[in-house]
Amino acid sequence: MGADDCERMTPSRRAVLGAASALFAWSYMPKFAHAAAGSRDSRFLLVVLRGALDGLSAVPPLGDPGYADLREGIALAKDGPEAALPLDGFFYLHPAMPNLARLYANGQASIVHASATGYRERSHFDGQDVLESGQGGPGKTDSGWLNRLIASLPPGEAVSRHGALGVGVVPPLVVRGQAPVLGWAPPRMARAGADLVQRLGDLYGERDPPLALVLKRAIETELIASRQGAEQPRGGGGPDSAEGMKRIAEGAARLVGAEDGPRIAALAFEGWDTHANEGGAKGRLATLLGGLDGALATFESGLKPVWKDTVVMVVTEFGRTARVNGTVGTDHGTGTVAFLVGGAVRGKRMIADWPGLKPEQLHEQRDLKPTTDIRAVAKGVVADLFGLSGPVLAEKVFPGTGGLAPMQGLIV
Amino acid sequence: MADRSEPSQKVLALQRFGLGLKPGRAAGVADVRERLLVDIRSEGAPQPNVSFSGAAPIGRALYAFEDEERAAREARRVAGQQGVGQGVQVASAPPAPGQPQGQMTAPAQPVPQFPQAIYREEAVARVQGALEAETGFAERLVQFWSNHFCVSVAKGNFVRAMAGAFEREAIRPNIFGRFEELLIAVESHPAMLNFLDNQLSIGPDSRAGKRRGRGLNENLAREIMELHTLGVSGGYTQGDVTSLARIITGWTVVGRDARLGFPGSFAFNPGLHDPGGQRLLGKVYRQEGKEKGMAALADLARHPSTAAFIAHKLARHFVADEPPQALVAELTRVFRETGGDLAALSRALVTSELAWAAPATKLRTPQEFLVAAFRALGRKPDFGQIAGPLGVMGQPLWQPSGPDGYPDTNAAWATPEGIKTRIDVAAQLGRQAAGSVADPRALVEEVLGPLASAQTRQAVARAESKPQALALLLMSPEFQRR
Repeated sequence: MGADDCERMTPSRRAVLGAASALFAWSYMPKFAHAAAGSRDSRFLLVVLRGALDGLSAVPPLGDPGYADLREGIALAKDGPEAALPLDGFFYLHPAMPNLARLYANGQASIVHASATGYRERSHFDGQDVLESGQGGPGKTDSGWLNRLIASLPPGEAVSRHGALGVGVVPPLVVRGQAPVLGWAPPRMARAGADLVQRLGDLYGERDPPLALVLKRAIETELIASRQGAEQPRGGGGPDSAEGMKRIAEGAARLVGAEDGPRIAALAFEGWDTHANEGGAKGRLATLLGGLDGALATFESGLKPVWKDTVVMVVTEFGRTARVNGTVGTDHGTGTVAFLVGGAVRGKRMIADWPGLKPEQLHEQRDLKPTTDIRAVAKGVVADLFGLSGPVLAEKVFPGTGGLAPMQGLIV
Repeated sequence: MADRSEPSQKVLALQRFGLGLKPGRAAGVADVRERLLVDIRSEGAPQPNVSFSGAAPIGRALYAFEDEERAAREARRVAGQQGVGQGVQVASAPPAPGQPQGQMTAPAQPVPQFPQAIYREEAVARVQGALEAETGFAERLVQFWSNHFCVSVAKGNFVRAMAGAFEREAIRPNIFGRFEELLIAVESHPAMLNFLDNQLSIGPDSRAGKRRGRGLNENLAREIMELHTLGVSGGYTQGDVTSLARIITGWTVVGRDARLGFPGSFAFNPGLHDPGGQRLLGKVYRQEGKEKGMAALADLARHPSTAAFIAHKLARHFVADEPPQALVAELTRVFRETGGDLAALSRALVTSELAWAAPATKLRTPQEFLVAAFRALGRKPDFGQIAGPLGVMGQPLWQPSGPDGYPDTNAAWATPEGIKTRIDVAAQLGRQAAGSVADPRALVEEVLGPLASAQTRQAVARAESKPQALALLLMSPEFQRR
């Protein structure tokens, strides 16, 4: 690797050194010489953390002199029994995430810090709409960007043929739209007999085509899941519990790992809105981060045969205030962190143009200032995984982002 | 394709605005409009029958429960220290062969703890009221407003115990009053103050704020403007959020010390309140104490953005995901001209030709579907029969995943897994009710009447069993859509 490659490996270091003008230099470089798109049977899983993850707690910048003061009562430390896990000497990882630390060290995870979508307000629901619709602003939520991505691919390809998987009784918006969506959720009660389902399929076919279509997709998904074996235990915790996250990850991995399964999936974990008593190394947020960490390990083991072709991208609608609020929690903020995990990730990299934590360096003197657009990251990942061209990404998948180049070199 | 005859329109109206036909009372669907309007009464929606009267007694009982629990925990800790780690030994012993883990030390039939016990009672009472209602229009409005001003029992024991009381005290009496009254009742209810953290919020310049160096929590203030009144694009700034948060500091819940009133009830605590004037949406509020917040909420309730936001949400809920613009405009006009008179607004909704004429596109929400199914089948469900299906269908009672409530569009409910799960529920209901329903074909006529399509009648008639016939009825497009 040349000097440029080394530079690329540690963008955070570069940013810390103050060479901000080199930011995203890799964006203008030729695409990495990896196997041509199409020769690899890629898998992409998007995990949405609902409630706005506190990126400053998940990946604390312990090297920043402003961090400890802002985070009075919840700050993490480099030393001691509950020490944060080292990443690159400046950034650390929350101690509840040992699996992610291991994947990072093995070159299978990258972390994008001080990132956000183009949304700058503080409504969860608009923030999620923007994150998932892929539109420039809220209120245009009839389809999600992953759905339009699939609709933009040639119909014969494995990706479009198998559609996207939306996990949950209510699937995330990011996969909803014209392209086929499969649905799955951890089973919680006895399934109805096949004959009843067949008869309803016939009735809907005659009287209600939209319902006929969603039922057909449910049946397809169930067929794949049943071929993949083991009946799942019923009941269990929801998507805001560690156990629930693990079960959801197991099921999604089983479907996405199947030969005839969907290549793209979206799922959501909940409970990240930590207004009060957020906790530091232990506590409410730590429990959730531990659940996410367990889910990442579950993806790794459940997708073992295809892990080398897999990217799991973990995103949230925005971050939280840099300063702790009056109730030892944090309020709605802007810049936060995103994770890229998987065998296809060009890992062990902190990707950040670090803005700093001094009051004048914060967004509106409140939030971590976003310096990396999460859409550039998403565009870079899916461009390399699925061979999408820049114009399609800029017009159909993320409309109006022609000026936002796909970040390059994220994928091995 | 759809039957647009008058009787069919009237049955559809009963599903659109209410909870569907009740078997045995189908004696004509004449005067549907008048029957719906009967529900609009100045005293609000009927109250469900529960043993606790309100937030204050629930709060007192909750605190007592927590004190007992703490004492018991302490006693166990002391006993554990004296017992030289015996408890640890038992807990770590492997389960006997064939014996599932967790059953070794647990009592055979655990008694639900106080917050869960009262949540169960409230849930059953709420559903029972909906089953008894004649048309169910008022119950549907309760569901609508309860979702608009939602609280979630996932927040913790306090909201779990208070969610039912919140609906009974803040929502039901006010759904036919003025929006302003409803808003103030909701935002000053202990359940809401706890759910959105306002009882923790301390004015930075208040006595307590200066002493403790702690401060604001703007969660409730933000959601009041974004979700409860103006709507997210209603024209406010981050500065307005912070101002409103300061204005409502001191709106809190009485603790177990009973210093400011009955434990668990609302109180204004001047020691937490930020003194002085605050500028909100260009106007400065200088009232003393609680009056400052009352004045701010009253202005928010009368704001034009609020009228438009509520009108759109109401039309979207009852009529179509993309409601007719003219209907939204009409509801907005009524809201503004009557100063937010919710009786007038409800009347405008059920008498609008546009609201009647729209085709049945909306899928019933899981809660609507389950209640309509229980009504159709004549069931009196227990808590498990309510909580189980609602949980798997993604709409447990008083437990949305965020303060924006449950989704209200087909995109969220008419999904592969959503429909598949509904079929599972319908199959189970069909099995449970098969013994008590004489003839599913007759039931189709009783609950769908002229709305039933030839295909649905045929599917039910040709079912291989009675349970399957009932499941087909419940999952038919005419039962599912309204």
